[in-house]
Amino acid sequence: MWDYSEKVKEHFYNPKNAGAIADANGVGDVGSISCGDALRLTLKVDPETDIILDAGFQTFGCGSAIASSSALTEMVKGKTLDEALQISNQDIADFLDGLPPEKMHCSVMGREALQAAVANYRGEEWSDDHEEGALICKCFAIDDVMIRETIQANNLRTVEEVTNYTKAGGGCSSCHEGIENILTEELAARGETFVPAAAGKKKPAKKSGLVEIEEPAPAAASGGMTLVQRIRKIEEVLEALRPALKADHGDVELVDVEGKVVYVNLIGACSGCQMAAMTLGGIQQKLIEALGEFVKVIPASERPAVA
Amino acid sequence: MNDIYMDNNATTMVDPEVVTAMLPYFSEQFGNPSSLHSFGNKVGFALKNARKQVQNLLGAEHDSEIIFTSCGSESDSTAILSALKAQPERREIITTVVEHPAVLNLCEYLETEGYTVHRLEVDSKGRLDLEAYRKLLSDQVAVVSVMWANNETGTLFPVLEMAEMADEAGVLFHTDAVQAVGKIPMNLQDTSIHMLSLSGHKLHAPKGVGVLYLKRGTRFRPLLRGGHQERGRRAGTENTASIVGLGLACEQAMQHMEFENTQVKKLRDRLQQGILDAVPNAFVTGDPDNRLPNTLNVAFEYIEGEAILLLMNKMGIAASSGSACTSGSLEPSHVMKAMGIPYTAAHGTVRFSLSRYNTMEEVERVIEAVPPIVAKLRKLSPYWGDNGPVENPEQAFAPVYA
Repeated sequence: MWDYSEKVKEHFYNPKNAGAIADANGVGDVGSISCGDALRLTLKVDPETDIILDAGFQTFGCGSAIASSSALTEMVKGKTLDEALQISNQDIADFLDGLPPEKMHCSVMGREALQAAVANYRGEEWSDDHEEGALICKCFAIDDVMIRETIQANNLRTVEEVTNYTKAGGGCSSCHEGIENILTEELAARGETFVPAAAGKKKPAKKSGLVEIEEPAPAAASGGMTLVQRIRKIEEVLEALRPALKADHGDVELVDVEGKVVYVNLIGACSGCQMAAMTLGGIQQKLIEALGEFVKVIPASERPAVA
Repeated sequence: MNDIYMDNNATTMVDPEVVTAMLPYFSEQFGNPSSLHSFGNKVGFALKNARKQVQNLLGAEHDSEIIFTSCGSESDSTAILSALKAQPERREIITTVVEHPAVLNLCEYLETEGYTVHRLEVDSKGRLDLEAYRKLLSDQVAVVSVMWANNETGTLFPVLEMAEMADEAGVLFHTDAVQAVGKIPMNLQDTSIHMLSLSGHKLHAPKGVGVLYLKRGTRFRPLLRGGHQERGRRAGTENTASIVGLGLACEQAMQHMEFENTQVKKLRDRLQQGILDAVPNAFVTGDPDNRLPNTLNVAFEYIEGEAILLLMNKMGIAASSGSACTSGSLEPSHVMKAMGIPYTAAHGTVRFSLSRYNTMEEVERVIEAVPPIVAKLRKLSPYWGDNGPVENPEQAFAPVYA
């Protein structure tokens, strides 16, 4: 069984705004019947103000698809179209106090239904810009298509590079076989051979000419931050994330910063939670954005013992 | 009210008598059966007894044909890999598109190792074409692996006939019978089946114990080499308590065989009729005339299975589904796909699998509970109108792939 939040269950058992709006003037149909999730979003928009007066959904799908649809309709009502379009899939997931990684696509479907309905209202063509593949990395919810596209765009050759670019494989590492299989195929397609890293070796020699995420160009925002400035920035980011964690009865504390490694403690409900890797991944992403440099977020419990 | 468990093809409750029989083997009877002293010796006798009990249920000719393993998957892997190892010149495998992942994923992996895998297709009721099968049998084939009963639909395959055909062609025949053992009678000594897998936890024994039946004289190469346990065919100290439990569970299954095929079947048939009478746009998948007595798989059109299961779970009813969402994959069950069930129905399949512990009162409660759940979800479905499916559902709602 999935580990659904109380909020997801609430919106699934008692969905809000179920059914089509009779006098809708914007309709968005998205989803894939082969995957088992599809959604029709109907909007009633005030032509004078562009405010969404009412929203309704019809969903063929699982518990989290229905909950995401219900959440979406609650979130958009009363907003202007432009405000509503600011809603990201993460916002939908956050509204529901999080979704399991395998179910994040339900929130993506919600956002896309909104885009499609708005386009329909405005008389625009809307085409889906992403394709979804089989889930490879469960820790960070990265799928096959995303990994292949990143490998192709950046000429990646190793599992480690794939992890640096997409985060896939950066958690429990049990998907490395899957990533190796993708690399084997993608490298064969461009006439190369996949060479796995030797067991126990620390790191393969770095290839020149590749963009290295670990060594960002100095142009990145961080530039010459002092250690104190960096720690303050990190604290700021953690502070901003705290309310979301507290909503789940958890918390995070900064333990230490060593070069590019940020050690944190997940406290309360977060510790031992199955979603801990996901949470750490989210924190890492926010820190990378704020600091403008690549950092790794690691639980303090996994810190190597100091000699 | 107690919760209702109708997911016995997933796993079963360990029978309380089985638990009682196992307990001494954790404490006073802790000895290693390979030891000479009395601590081990008694345990050795208990294993011997369990082996006899399994032999009886399977109708095996010799008790030495029973090899204890850790699970059904281990038995499947051992059988298939043994056949390949023992006959390195044969590079082909015949199986079906509807096998359990324990066989399918192994075969898929073996393809990357250069083996050719023939997957027999099924028709809309999940039945095989035996003529197509006959044409594939050759001296290139190392092993045929075909399940006895399908875990999702309960559909039975004609394994006795297929084993005969393989034997005549000089090909080894393995059957994954984890769903069939204990539910339908069998007498392996009268068959041409060379290898058979069973799993303890499907028949009221604990998880973590299985059996590979290996007909005497069948060429064999062990998967696990090491100690001399199981006559050198499966190394590793025996899981004594669980083996004792499995033995007793087999004896009980033998005693309940008639009950399973009359009383449990009656419960299943009532459940089927009750649900189909009350729910429109629902149908039974698989071959209703040729299936396990305990299994009912119903497709509820235009809604999704995980949502059904969650609402049933809220009512205290446990079953399972072939929808993509319940497994975290992108496609509905490969069994439903193979039978050509449309996506709008395949995602809405629900499997009810009963056991001798279910009662008619429980069946009636499920018949009461299911129709409102289906109706509630259909009210949310873009395919469903006020009183039935919308006209031309596939055209009325054709979403952009997202």
